[in-house]
Amino acid sequence: MRNVFSAPVSTELLSELPRRRSAVLRFAMDEPLGALGLVVIVASVLLTLFAPLIAPYDPLANDYGAAVQAPSALHWLGTDSFGRDIFSRVLYGGRTALLIGVTASFIGCTIGALLGIGSAYFGGWMDLILERFMEILLAIPITVLALVLVSTLGRDMMLGIDVNLVFAIALPIIPKMARVARSQALSMRRMSYVDAARTLGFGHFRIIALHMAPNIFGPYIVMLTAFVSQAILIEASLSYLGLGVVEPTPSWGLMLAGNAFNTAMTAPWIVIFPGLAIAIVIFAFSMFGDALRDLLDPKSNRDR
Amino acid sequence: MQALWTTAETATRDSIAKFPAESRKSARVSDVMVSAAKAVLADDSGTAPAAVAPLLSVRDLHVQFVSQDALLNAVRGISYDVHAGEVVALVGESGCGKSVSSLAVMRLLPGDGATRFTGAAELNGKDYFALPEEAMRRLRGRDIAMIFQEPMTSLNPLLTIGRQIIEPMLEHLDMTMKDAERRAVELLTKVGVTDPERRMHQYPHEFSGGMRQRAMIAIALACNPKVIIADEPTTALDVTIQAQILELLRGLVDELGVGLVLITHNLGLVARYADRVHVMYAGRIVESGSSAQVLEQPRHRYTIGLLGAVPHLDQPRQERLKNIPGQPPSLRCLPSGCAFRLRCEAATKVCAASPGRAGDGGHSFACFHPGDLRRPIDNPTGTETRGGKADTGIALRVRGLSKDFHLGKGATVRALQAIDFDVPEGGTLGLVGESGCGKTTVARTLLRLEEATAGSADYLGHDMLSATKAEVTQLRQQVQVVYQDPHTSLNPRHRIGHALAEPLLVHGLCKSKAEAAGRVEELLGLVGLPADMATRYPHQMSGGQRQRVGIARALGMNPKFIILDEPVSALDVSIQAQVMNLLADLQSQLGLSYLLIAHDLAVIRHISDRVAVMYLGRIVETGTASELFEAPRHPYTQALLASVPALADVGRARRQGIAVKGELPSPLDPPSGCVFRTRCPLASAECARVVPAPVAFSETHHVACIKV
Amino acid sequence: MIRYVISRLLLSIPTLLGVATLIFFMLNVLPGDAVETMLRAEGGNPTPELVASERARLGLDRPILVQYGDFLSGLATFDLGTSSWTGKPVVEEIALRLPVTLQVAVLAMLLALAIAIPLGTIAGVYHETWIDYAIRSFAIGGIALPSFWFGMLIALVMLWYFNWLPPLGSPSLFDDPLRLLQQLALPAIAIGYRYAAILIRMMRSSVIEVMHEDFVRTARAKGLRAGHIIRRHVIPNSLLPTITMIGLEFALLIGSLVVIEQVFSLNGIGRLFLDAVSRSDLAIIQGIVMVLTVIFVVVNLLVDFAYAAIDPRIKLA
Repeated sequence: MRNVFSAPVSTELLSELPRRRSAVLRFAMDEPLGALGLVVIVASVLLTLFAPLIAPYDPLANDYGAAVQAPSALHWLGTDSFGRDIFSRVLYGGRTALLIGVTASFIGCTIGALLGIGSAYFGGWMDLILERFMEILLAIPITVLALVLVSTLGRDMMLGIDVNLVFAIALPIIPKMARVARSQALSMRRMSYVDAARTLGFGHFRIIALHMAPNIFGPYIVMLTAFVSQAILIEASLSYLGLGVVEPTPSWGLMLAGNAFNTAMTAPWIVIFPGLAIAIVIFAFSMFGDALRDLLDPKSNRDR
Repeated sequence: MQALWTTAETATRDSIAKFPAESRKSARVSDVMVSAAKAVLADDSGTAPAAVAPLLSVRDLHVQFVSQDALLNAVRGISYDVHAGEVVALVGESGCGKSVSSLAVMRLLPGDGATRFTGAAELNGKDYFALPEEAMRRLRGRDIAMIFQEPMTSLNPLLTIGRQIIEPMLEHLDMTMKDAERRAVELLTKVGVTDPERRMHQYPHEFSGGMRQRAMIAIALACNPKVIIADEPTTALDVTIQAQILELLRGLVDELGVGLVLITHNLGLVARYADRVHVMYAGRIVESGSSAQVLEQPRHRYTIGLLGAVPHLDQPRQERLKNIPGQPPSLRCLPSGCAFRLRCEAATKVCAASPGRAGDGGHSFACFHPGDLRRPIDNPTGTETRGGKADTGIALRVRGLSKDFHLGKGATVRALQAIDFDVPEGGTLGLVGESGCGKTTVARTLLRLEEATAGSADYLGHDMLSATKAEVTQLRQQVQVVYQDPHTSLNPRHRIGHALAEPLLVHGLCKSKAEAAGRVEELLGLVGLPADMATRYPHQMSGGQRQRVGIARALGMNPKFIILDEPVSALDVSIQAQVMNLLADLQSQLGLSYLLIAHDLAVIRHISDRVAVMYLGRIVETGTASELFEAPRHPYTQALLASVPALADVGRARRQGIAVKGELPSPLDPPSGCVFRTRCPLASAECARVVPAPVAFSETHHVACIKV
Repeated sequence: MIRYVISRLLLSIPTLLGVATLIFFMLNVLPGDAVETMLRAEGGNPTPELVASERARLGLDRPILVQYGDFLSGLATFDLGTSSWTGKPVVEEIALRLPVTLQVAVLAMLLALAIAIPLGTIAGVYHETWIDYAIRSFAIGGIALPSFWFGMLIALVMLWYFNWLPPLGSPSLFDDPLRLLQQLALPAIAIGYRYAAILIRMMRSSVIEVMHEDFVRTARAKGLRAGHIIRRHVIPNSLLPTITMIGLEFALLIGSLVVIEQVFSLNGIGRLFLDAVSRSDLAIIQGIVMVLTVIFVVVNLLVDFAYAAIDPRIKLA
């Protein structure tokens, strides 16, 4: 019988095991899924960045003569009921998804991290108020909060993105990141190096910015990656419900909306490919995020 | 003895292929050892083994950890026997392989590719290393049981204590639930848990640390095992509780005739409680013998060094500890031959060729150049008395320092209650007490990391407790601190050079980066570190080196006064001695005043001029080091001193009774009157009524007790 | 335990009050005139007089704080106001749709738990073996597939291969449970998969972590059987973080509920919400957010109680 218990061996002994040299190679060896995720992320960023060069058709151009065509040499992924080329629309939809996903996650995580660290460092009433506020935000289910926000804020386009949509997706991320940052910062406050910094007479700003923040950078990056996939998912959901990106902007969620499902009963490619695109990108960000977490947190042994 | 070295192979290489040949050889050696051990034990003490054959016999045990590109030899061929009614100690510093070897003996190491262990282990003459896992499982807990280091984490938090004691009985003994419950109550009574019927149904979090360790012992005893392995059973506990637990274990060994393997780093425990000792270094046993032989006439150079490095309670003053230079070798690249030779002043070429082999049942040692010292600790050199420091000035005068923590719901912990003490200028005040007595809170309030509730702390005319923000910034240059845990006191993301230079630049002590770099080099030199350490990160250094950096960082501000918060408690004995010597040197070089906070009385004894003993937020006794250690007055101080196992205790002081009964009361609900009365042998009704005022026995010696 | 339950219930009241306040001001103070949007949605180009009279009818012309006070006192009596679209009480509108939504949610949750706890445990116990890889691949699928798309796919597959679509209408749990199950199975699977995947991963990692705990080593040193150790020591301790996760991730489940109702044309709260959004029916939006929040908070309370039931350390705290 296989011994399912790999007994705890003195960690100080194991820490003596030498680290392999090349960081990239190590990452690829230890975290093959994470490495695959990274490759997919890089590939999708490149594909969407150079979408105008790659896309064979204008994603917005209707061509009723070529409506609902199955994948072929001409239209690699087929066409929709307006005759628009699905491959081109998926590429441009990726632009929307990545842009909104990354921006929303970045905004949410950055604000959340700053609030979390500040809350933990200063403590007292400030911590109390922020904590209560975060608790209230957390009590509203994330998609519902985003839905309420987009429905009340309306649209506000800036540089081609709906700022209000980004804000609506970013807001629910803030309390989650703040929670993580706060607990990290609190455990860091128990480390004597923060006490040491105080007894050396350093100012609050120096301690937070130079002594604490860098040590939260790891969890920050991990959460950032994880929330990109969540933001993309919410963007797709909102667009699917007709509350996110609006026609004619190509968006994966939007490509599945309306009567796409009914059309798909006879022309499945109309729903398969946009959904697959969402799944692949979410997969990539999730796996990459997991791998980063394992790498940065030696205690997490999910894949050990 | 000399003859035995000739039987040792000239160059032992640790390779799996060689194991069979080696074990044959050591089996022959072991026969000699067994019979010799019997002879020694027979006249050693009253605890003669009941059976001639050893209960547990470990032969040529090797443990290796394999990673993709490295092989760690954690244990390299150790052999020992345990007889009935005998306590056998495996002693050594961290990383020497003592704990790993015990897991291997229990066969608790994973049997996968990453860990290999070979050798033989016999229980009652039966080699169980060859048994299949299922048969081994039946042996574990029934014939051979184990007690672990951390009573906090070694019990399942979700099951009652009783349930956890009963589990092995139901598994191994074919008992009914009712019988098992009855036996669990018996066992709890036996290990000194009062009110066992009720406490059986409690959960681990409702038990104190000492009580949990008693419960662990009850679990180990559940099936009447022949051998118990105790892996640092008291390291996580306070000294008075440690004494209680070991008295209990020793008593059980004598009463039940089990064999006990005691794994520890504490030589004092070995002296007081063990019959035989095996000293380990870098995965090998370097010296074996009865406790008296090894501790009083150590021969191996490492043992001699180790014994010299231990600070002693009975050592009247602060002579330099004889430390061992350097660091223990990394298991990744062990030196050939004797692993200790790189730190050994007597090493010659022959040491590099072969590790030597411990043989000779009575007293054996794997050393080509054995030292021959009677009690190496008895040759004080360069004695210099520091007792006269008492009449110098006072650096810090603390009066009425109190600190309350409000926990909400109206609950208040009175962590400090009107503490008074003086730190002599250019000298050291040692503040000693067990965990929870409030000694760290003293440091935190003085440093203004916490605000004191009341009191004053006069430092050269400034009250540190009421100083304004600007004054605090000023004071922080003069008053510095060295923290306990070298692992957390340095920011993991800052290089050592940066960590040392940053305060210098921020406070304008150095005008330019270049100037700061020069000063950093100077500071590193001051604490005995090479200048190139500046480019390292904390995780690239050992604990002792990090602690030196922590000291250097404090020195960078040119302080006059340093608070040392448990500066050596996280370090191994030999490294501890290095750091203590460094602190003593710096004090005399730079004229520093120290407030030393520690739980280890021997460390306090070694560096302090004056000592204050704390108990539950109050100071119960103060005095000069000699007054307090030679003529302690307060019953708590006396108990504390009696609890500390000292090297001088070999064979003598054992079973003299438990020093202090019971455990620390909850600080949320401290006893009225004298806080110590609940555990005090002298306590009377009056003690509950009045808070004792300090009684002066001399100008310096004050005791807060109405019974003295 | 009872004191713990009561204190937790009382503690959730300020949170709910906070949510009510937040949502109220979000909807009423943020830019955009709801009445105008609503009238536009009815068609035509409303005159300013019409807008004003409509505002007066809905009580929206009063000072915002008065409206807020009204809203709060309404909440206290479970009166969420009236829908500006249908004119019926919000409570009634919601009560009509709530059962479907709740049934899908409960079904999805049960499904997810039934899958996740055994699979997560197996993956954790046999980690780094093929069985672990298989379970993890299954879980990765659940993480990556958007549930509304996954719902579409399984519906399409059922249609193509079995020529079967979930029945329409609103069957009752008591009269026709089988038909109800047929109707709700696919949406529950679609959203339960993602939920299960998250829980599998959590359970797996906590099992691995717990297997390294000191007390598991103690249990092994006692010579207990592997199966016994896993059942009595590993699983209960691993359940603790997983249970917390069940509560937290329930928020995602609610989110996907809103979307999945659209895919399967279920007449639940999600549909009502979307309709209300398109008609700017503020009372309904507020009401639904409050109801969903209450559900989320209640689930988290239940989770806390389950936690306290397993962990004896909680009761003292």
